[in-house]
Amino acid sequence: MSEYVLELRDITKRFPGVVALNHVQFRLKKGEIHALMGENGAGKSTLIKVITGVHKPDEGQMLVNGEEVFFQNTNDSAAKSIAAIYQHSTTYVHLSVTENIFIGHELKNRFGLLDWQEMHRRAKELLVSLGSGIDPHTLMGNLSVAEQQVVEISKAVSANAEIVIMDEPTAALSKRECEELYRITEQLRSEGKSILFISHRLEDMYRLANSVTVFRDASYIGTWSIEEVTNEILVQAMVGREIKDLYPKAKVTLGETALEVKGLSRTGYFRNVSFSVRKGEILGLTGLVGAGRSEVCQAVCGLTPYDSGEVLLHGQSVRFTHPAQAMKKKLGYLPEDRQLQGLLLPWEIYQNETLSSLEKYKSPAGINKKKECEDGEQLSARLSVKDKNIFEKVSALSGGNQQKVVLAKLLNMDLDVLILDEPTKGVDVGAKSQIYAIMSELAVSGYAIVLISSEMPEILAMSDRIAVMHEGTLVKILDRQEATQEKMLAYAMNSADDMLKGGD
Amino acid sequence: MTENMDKQKIRHFLSDHSQEAALVLIILAVGTLVQLRTGGSFLTASNLNELMREASMLIMVSIGMMIVIVSGGIDLSVGSVMGLSGMIAALVLRDHRQIPIAALFLIAMGVGLICGTITGFVVAKLRIFPLIGTLGTCDILRGVIYLFSKGEWVSQTDMTENFLAISTGTFLGINYMVWFAVIVVVFGFVFMGHTRFGRHIYAVGNSEANARISGINTERTKWAAYMLSGMIAGLAGLLWVCKYACAQGTSATGFELNVIASVVLGGVSITGGSGTVTGVVLGSLLFGMLSNILPLIQVSSFWQRAIRGAVILISVIINALVSRRAARKALERREQNETNE
Repeated sequence: MSEYVLELRDITKRFPGVVALNHVQFRLKKGEIHALMGENGAGKSTLIKVITGVHKPDEGQMLVNGEEVFFQNTNDSAAKSIAAIYQHSTTYVHLSVTENIFIGHELKNRFGLLDWQEMHRRAKELLVSLGSGIDPHTLMGNLSVAEQQVVEISKAVSANAEIVIMDEPTAALSKRECEELYRITEQLRSEGKSILFISHRLEDMYRLANSVTVFRDASYIGTWSIEEVTNEILVQAMVGREIKDLYPKAKVTLGETALEVKGLSRTGYFRNVSFSVRKGEILGLTGLVGAGRSEVCQAVCGLTPYDSGEVLLHGQSVRFTHPAQAMKKKLGYLPEDRQLQGLLLPWEIYQNETLSSLEKYKSPAGINKKKECEDGEQLSARLSVKDKNIFEKVSALSGGNQQKVVLAKLLNMDLDVLILDEPTKGVDVGAKSQIYAIMSELAVSGYAIVLISSEMPEILAMSDRIAVMHEGTLVKILDRQEATQEKMLAYAMNSADDMLKGGD
Repeated sequence: MTENMDKQKIRHFLSDHSQEAALVLIILAVGTLVQLRTGGSFLTASNLNELMREASMLIMVSIGMMIVIVSGGIDLSVGSVMGLSGMIAALVLRDHRQIPIAALFLIAMGVGLICGTITGFVVAKLRIFPLIGTLGTCDILRGVIYLFSKGEWVSQTDMTENFLAISTGTFLGINYMVWFAVIVVVFGFVFMGHTRFGRHIYAVGNSEANARISGINTERTKWAAYMLSGMIAGLAGLLWVCKYACAQGTSATGFELNVIASVVLGGVSITGGSGTVTGVVLGSLLFGMLSNILPLIQVSSFWQRAIRGAVILISVIINALVSRRAARKALERREQNETNE
């Protein structure tokens, strides 16, 4: 038998327009906890989906216990004793704990009916064995996130999982709950199970893992045992890529303050966030996923409410309850999810571009379609949208070109402050540099821009100043000159004190 | 090259309008079938006029329903709105026989507008799931009819000649009722295809999140859709009373189901966001045809409903298959675009 319970060799997975995994490898030993680390978008989630059979790899081999496997779906991976516990738990909140644990492999009595008594008894047994006192009759929705995770783990154990994958299990847990999770994870290891643990937190890794693998930009970077790894090695591995010449940031003399946010708070989302942007300035807003960047900006734009704090637009205090009001005051928002929030996929290009500014085309006969189409042509040309014509449906465009259409929609309005939420997410390199060029041009022409991004090189290259968020608070605003990837990552993980000691 | 372009254009046109094209074919096929079965006595001017008269209310209300469904909702209360507006107009006419006909129209449409405003408030403002919200208003309004009429009918003897002439009189050889339907269709065509509000309704139905971020007042847009639908149902309610020369508590009960069937038959996506006025007109025509001419060709009444249902189901299945294929084609085109880049 092989030394490894799970081995991935030279796996490649492509999606339209992006390579999500580029000839990566990964090896998991029996009875170890293996941490997988990397920035957002490094390919960790895709790897899990390949292992669990959600995605089929385009190239490469996968072996379980030395034997090559080809998973068609998650049932196949479950049959090989692989179980995954996801970041956003996939539980049924209206069902009881027992039902959640046994869903898909329910026990039946001799009449072929569900054997509730036995299932409740075993559920209780499982939970007790994990040191938890949860009553199996409780509805899942009444449990805390941490308790739900314990149930998820019980579910994996009840299905006799030998390989347990945990995707950011500690992201939503308090310190004490984390300890509980560490304890259970170690218990699983001592029972001979192998665990793949994904986390952004260095703390988790040091506390738990036997070895750590780092991915970056869809590629495998390296694997270290926990004894030999250091902070410097890790951070270098996670961020140390070459920055190509794709960031055309122009020098701009900054004007007066356009947007100022003072002490904005929303319980459960973000606390006391303050920043400002001047005309011609690009303010980078970064942090790990879930740090509350988008939430703050959506509150500023009137998409979601906030509890306290103040928003000033050109020195005037405003409070928007609807994005339409924000747009009237020349503040526009480019949403993170362009497919769901930015575009109407079945619509034609020009109709998407003019959707927010239809007043411009008012005519006695309704909408002046001729002018609308002319503007559509102009916008598409200005942003070099690659299309056959403006009557093509946006669903047929590539990710980058779709994003340019969303940008065109913003540019067709009369705005002077733009909030761009992950404008280059899922966009290929060519279109990326075009989007940067547009951003730079907009800044020169006097727009104030807030750029939300998880991509460190992009933030570093495009921003005049960089605000870093961690778990709902804004921890640091860095100047362009002083910012480095290491510093940003350190602040984003809120472990700047530990990590920067070595660097300075 | 140009020939190729033309072919491509035609193919695009057909793929964009496949539902309409299919409906035209089915209508022609049914028409031919009936023509053959009746030995050539079906396709006469008077028969067609009668058919259109029968279908006119269905077409009208379907346009209103289409606006609501495209906005992402549904309105189960239109049957009750028709009953109520018809009843109130008839009661006014009974008690004030001198009232001008135009005033009756204003009353009926006003009642419809008020009903639509209430429904819109429930769905758009209170955010009650439309299926349930309008099921509630449907029953409430039906009850209100009895409150006003005290359970009585308004019969032909209570109505004036002038009033009843609306359903029998003609203009340019075509029945007044049909003209009303034409007006509503033209309105629907302009409103949905050529105004800002129409564009907003499509956007909201497509993706409310997107519409909101794009600066569209989604609440107001949805509300307006119900108001329009209510007003059109009010108009149709008055015509219903004219046509049957009678207003009673059960008038137009269940009519909303015929309307929804016609709209879906016309290719409007029940989940909102897409559909054309042309499709809806053709869909209601086909539905009206099936309801009215199956008896003509001696189809047993046991079979009539089943056949009607089967036609709806088959048409919807075909539509689903076609649109899935179109979605796949779009993805393929996208991949092609990407490899070309």
